[in-house]
Amino acid sequence: MLQEYMDRKYRTDNKPSVEANLIKNNVAIVGIGQTQYTKNSGRDELDLACEAIQNAVDDAGLKMSDIDGFDTFILDRLSLPMLINSLGTPNVRFSCEVSGGGGAGCAVAVHAAAAVATGQADYVCCYRSLNEASGHRYGRGDDFIEYMPVALTPNYGYIWPLGFVTPLGWAGVWGRRWMHEFNITREQLGWWPVVLREYAQNNPEATYFGRPMTHEDYMESPMIVDPLKLHDCCVNTDGAAAYIITTVERAKDLKQTPAIIAASAQCCPIEQEIQTIYQRPSISGLVETWYVGQELYRVAECGPDDIDVAQLYDPYSIGGIIQLEELGFCERGEGGKFVEGGDNIRIDGKIPCNTAGGLLSEAYLHGWNLVIEGVRQIRGTSYNQVKDVELSMVTGGPGVASSGIILRR
Amino acid sequence: MTVEYNPDQKIPHPAMWGVLYKSSTPFWEGVKNKKIMLQKCKSCGNLLNPPRPMCPKCQSQENEWITAKGTGKIYSWVTFNEAPHPAFKAPYAAVLVELDEGPRIVSNMVDVKPEDLEIGMAVEVTFEDVAEDLTLPKFRKAG
Amino acid sequence: MVKLIEGIPIMRPYIDLDNQGYWDAVKNHKLVLQYCTKCNRFIHPPRPMCPTCRSQDTMEWKESSGKGILYSYVMFTSPKMAYPAYELPYAVVLVELEEGVRIVTNTHEIEPDEVQIGLPVEVMFEDLPDGQTVYRFKKREA
Repeated sequence: MLQEYMDRKYRTDNKPSVEANLIKNNVAIVGIGQTQYTKNSGRDELDLACEAIQNAVDDAGLKMSDIDGFDTFILDRLSLPMLINSLGTPNVRFSCEVSGGGGAGCAVAVHAAAAVATGQADYVCCYRSLNEASGHRYGRGDDFIEYMPVALTPNYGYIWPLGFVTPLGWAGVWGRRWMHEFNITREQLGWWPVVLREYAQNNPEATYFGRPMTHEDYMESPMIVDPLKLHDCCVNTDGAAAYIITTVERAKDLKQTPAIIAASAQCCPIEQEIQTIYQRPSISGLVETWYVGQELYRVAECGPDDIDVAQLYDPYSIGGIIQLEELGFCERGEGGKFVEGGDNIRIDGKIPCNTAGGLLSEAYLHGWNLVIEGVRQIRGTSYNQVKDVELSMVTGGPGVASSGIILRR
Repeated sequence: MTVEYNPDQKIPHPAMWGVLYKSSTPFWEGVKNKKIMLQKCKSCGNLLNPPRPMCPKCQSQENEWITAKGTGKIYSWVTFNEAPHPAFKAPYAAVLVELDEGPRIVSNMVDVKPEDLEIGMAVEVTFEDVAEDLTLPKFRKAG
Repeated sequence: MVKLIEGIPIMRPYIDLDNQGYWDAVKNHKLVLQYCTKCNRFIHPPRPMCPTCRSQDTMEWKESSGKGILYSYVMFTSPKMAYPAYELPYAVVLVELEEGVRIVTNTHEIEPDEVQIGLPVEVMFEDLPDGQTVYRFKKREA
């Protein structure tokens, strides 16, 4: 796939046929639930998970005992057995923990969808619960000192002992190459966080609700890991979110308009690690996002112009903007110009993005909040509702094994 | 016999990575005060061990805590002839005690050799300060 | 420019059978790279199989010239996300070696404002008081 990416030629002869895809149009997201997103929940992650899952079950019009599958991705501190012991789900027959960290933001839905499409389970609950603001923040440097005198794996040994300990740093290296090669300016970068903050002002559940930010505020915010400023980086969140996946057939008897999965994709390319994609011929683009986009368009039989609204996994502004390029919403290297002024990604723009505030301004719920917003756009219940949404796209994180889904009415 | 510890080794602490689950805090606070506390669902009365944030029977998130009598019976046990962790000196037994209230709890025995253990043996709780920041509930033969 | 803060240990690499040669060489102040003799290709980081020809017995260690150019970098400027063993600010740089592969490293005697994409650099080694040997890159004449 690296070769296909370099040639910018997505082959179809080495992919399964679209007809063989059991997920397409057969599986839907039927329930969404979340807790409050706060800076200090004062509760356990297990506790938060129970509430979010109960909310998703109620939203779908199901009973807790209907849930027979669970799915999340790695780096989860919940114990699934204790979650089952708390929820009292008596018939769990499928569980999955996908690799790839934030890249698996949508892969979790992909695997859950595969499970219901192939009869492994009827109702799979995808869950995430975090106390990242008050408790343990992922990827903080000082954790490594306390708990890890030796790098976790051989490959981490080449980067961690150098003080190179956070995803913001790992991504900053390819982000800087992108800025360098395409003359992307700091001013341009700023429009992504500024527009997302505008969206958050209409979303009372967003972390930054009631706290607007101008482009000037952005420019004046402190540098965290140069080239990333404070407001280029995702917020810290305490909270939980969950959604429930079942077949379109079963969805007919449930409460909500189903968000039908028109296409789903996952990509684990070569020369890939935790954002350290440094041995690829070019590191100023994202093969995994490009591949996921191409696959989504192939399976859903559509193109970027058909997508009405997108939720792009943006742990940092650069990661969001490069995805605009790789998904074909603008030309390669044009992402900076595309977001300049913000209109293209606003609600009436070419492609409204992260309409609940995204990971920068709504919550860093590891992408669960993006999936939930993608579903709301299909249902017509978003706080920033885009008109007449037919196709709603959601992606997983950049620079790691990534994933995506296209939802339709 | 009592479990003996190697003084230079740290006994695994329930607050893994320095974090004690909030739903478990009343249990460990109780142990500090020489009591076994059991979580009880306010809605259906279900008794739960280990503690958890939601009742698996009725999905209520409201609960209260009761003090167990501290008596029960040996339900099962294993004997470690080799220590699986450097803090412990083998041989010693880990017992599963069924409390009179119903829930089962994992513990160690005080003043009972592993070879003298029997399923159904009546036991009662005692508390041992095993480290500066850790008290554990243990059991001895009743009566 | 990387300055260690006394009393805070720096993390050690995870050494296994696949990368032992690499870290043994660092100990002896040499930078070696894995090389597939069948594909005539350098590979980094080390791995047990050549991803091109899938051979497991054509790989050897070859000493690198230690010369390269600064390909990209980040500057840790805030204690929020930094590794507490180093004084701020410190740079982590990606160096493209003459052999074609890129390695992540720190800098030696390069001021923050001199850290620029394209800067010619070469390897140097330092033995730390805790017995560890680390490699860093310093400026060189182009």
